[in-house]
Amino acid sequence: MGRYVIRRLIQAIPVLLGATLFIFAIVFALPGDPIAALAGEKRQDPNIVMIMRDQYHLNDPLLLQYWYYISGIFLRGDFGKTFAGVPITQLMAGKFQVTLNLALVALVMEAVIGVLLGLWAALRRGQAIDTMILAATLLLISVPPLVTGFVLQLWLGVWLKQAVGTEIFPIAGISAGLRSYLLPGFVLAGTSIAYLTRLTRTSLVETLRSDYIRTATAKGLSRRRVIGRHGLRNALIPLVTFLGADLGSLMGGAVITETIFNIPGIGLQIYQGVYLREQPIVVGIVTILVLVYIVANLVVDLLYAVLDPRIRYE
Amino acid sequence: MRKASTDVLPAEGGLGNEPLLAVEDLHVEFATRAGIVRAVNGVSYSLSPGETLAVLGESGSGKSVTAQAIMGILDMPPARIPKGEIRFRGTDLLKLSDEARTQVRGQRIAMVFQDALSALNPVFTVGWQISEMFRVHRGMSKRDAVNKAVELMDKVRIPAARQRVNDYPHQFSGGMRQRIMIAMSIALDPEVLIADEPTTALDVTVQAQIMELLAELQRESNMGMILITHDLGVVADVADKIAVMYGGRIVENAPVHDIYKTPAHPYTKGLLESIPRVDLKGQELYAIKGLPPNLLDMPTGCAFHPRCPYRQDNCVTDNPPLYEISGTRSSACHYWREVLDGDQG
Repeated sequence: MGRYVIRRLIQAIPVLLGATLFIFAIVFALPGDPIAALAGEKRQDPNIVMIMRDQYHLNDPLLLQYWYYISGIFLRGDFGKTFAGVPITQLMAGKFQVTLNLALVALVMEAVIGVLLGLWAALRRGQAIDTMILAATLLLISVPPLVTGFVLQLWLGVWLKQAVGTEIFPIAGISAGLRSYLLPGFVLAGTSIAYLTRLTRTSLVETLRSDYIRTATAKGLSRRRVIGRHGLRNALIPLVTFLGADLGSLMGGAVITETIFNIPGIGLQIYQGVYLREQPIVVGIVTILVLVYIVANLVVDLLYAVLDPRIRYE
Repeated sequence: MRKASTDVLPAEGGLGNEPLLAVEDLHVEFATRAGIVRAVNGVSYSLSPGETLAVLGESGSGKSVTAQAIMGILDMPPARIPKGEIRFRGTDLLKLSDEARTQVRGQRIAMVFQDALSALNPVFTVGWQISEMFRVHRGMSKRDAVNKAVELMDKVRIPAARQRVNDYPHQFSGGMRQRIMIAMSIALDPEVLIADEPTTALDVTVQAQIMELLAELQRESNMGMILITHDLGVVADVADKIAVMYGGRIVENAPVHDIYKTPAHPYTKGLLESIPRVDLKGQELYAIKGLPPNLLDMPTGCAFHPRCPYRQDNCVTDNPPLYEISGTRSSACHYWREVLDGDQG
């Protein structure tokens, strides 16, 4: 098992290098000059421009620039500086936490709502409630978060506040603590909730058809125990994979949600980074997201072995 | 008074003439998109303590469905039992409440399934699955229950039971898995054990061991056993009597030795003739012509008539009743005399 973890981490290195090089090249190819953009409409001193271009290695070829950058990260833990001179690590410190909070709130909502709705639908298969849940998930999948975001801001943020007189769901910022994360968390989790609901339903329906469920019934166990112990334990396995892999997607998906709800996380930061051609910001954040992805997937694969004893890693 | 007679099961013994288990005119049907599938059409059989009844028939003959109806593990719907009785020690199980039924299931009537790999839960250890019977039904502590599980694994002769109690089903061989399945089913000393093709998924040598084990366990505990199989070879040594099923009904009842010597139904005769025999080595194997009946669209008259070498005109129109041949034998064939005498065919 230890060997398996090490092998997986070694496999992660080319993935990390490939992903960062790709993003690096894309930002490199963007039109416009970041140094010129610093001064806006004003004239710049050509000497200073030259020094800055030199300092940020902007005159070097792409691969050399990439080498300076990536060796800085891996050899010195230095993610570089913005063109205004702020270290990227300092810029990201608080913001990463904000996005992680948002993604975790979304993940919890997804797990709780998705699994419960899926169970409900599976146990009432073919009945009205099952059809209603399936229709609702279809709606959630079809409507993009850009729409659900603004609609929920209006309904639950503005109208509900007017109706009851106090603010329940803040529509922007994070000043209200956990409460601020509820609406954006739901919007972020929206499509995932729908997919997880459907996955849970299918998984449980499938499991309840197994021979070992029939055996459990034949043992004289209550229906509650048959479903709760023998069924759920097996039906959960594919759900864990989905949830684990989804944590990465949720953090990546935060760009749109954070922009809608004005949440100061890395999503908003990455948006500004692209806008200002701040290569170190964009690549730095992507590097960390790729790392989160890799670690989350590794944890999922290890959890798999815990949940399903038939799987062994050598 | 009436409630008492339907909801409370009598304890062991003291039954008068009532057999241990009696299935009476049982009908089971399934609602499917294509129509109503009549899987069981008026099956009756009975079982006494210590007796082994072999139910013989090909796939789709209704033998497993009958067993599942006795266990109460049919999915209803789509299954439905429009008619019939399943009397266990005189009480009709079909009239019991769900709760009372659950008390019978696994504790007094238990079942061994065909493929132990899929019938055991892959994510729990075998010890956990066996001991669950004691924890749930007897309220034992975890440790006591596991000790009981080890005892049972010893009893069904699993080597190094104490060391293997925490292994998972996939870590055992097919024969050992079936032993675990058996250990689980006899955990609470059931009065009736239903074994649904318990050896079909196993090697021939292992098949014999498992049958021996079942026979031995039965001798020790005097439980009644229903052995469902399509393999005539398996039956001869262990069964006391045989019920042959075809198209959802019983076509022949007989003590085991009579049926081998003198079958009284053309279908039974066909089955016996299709067993490979050493003295006929090199010759083509006998096979019953045609296909099993389509349960959605049963033939008129006798269900076997399209395949029957003894067919006469009235077989196409009149469904034969179960003719009594002697006190212990019956056959659902208009021409059972001819079959017995070995004419035609």
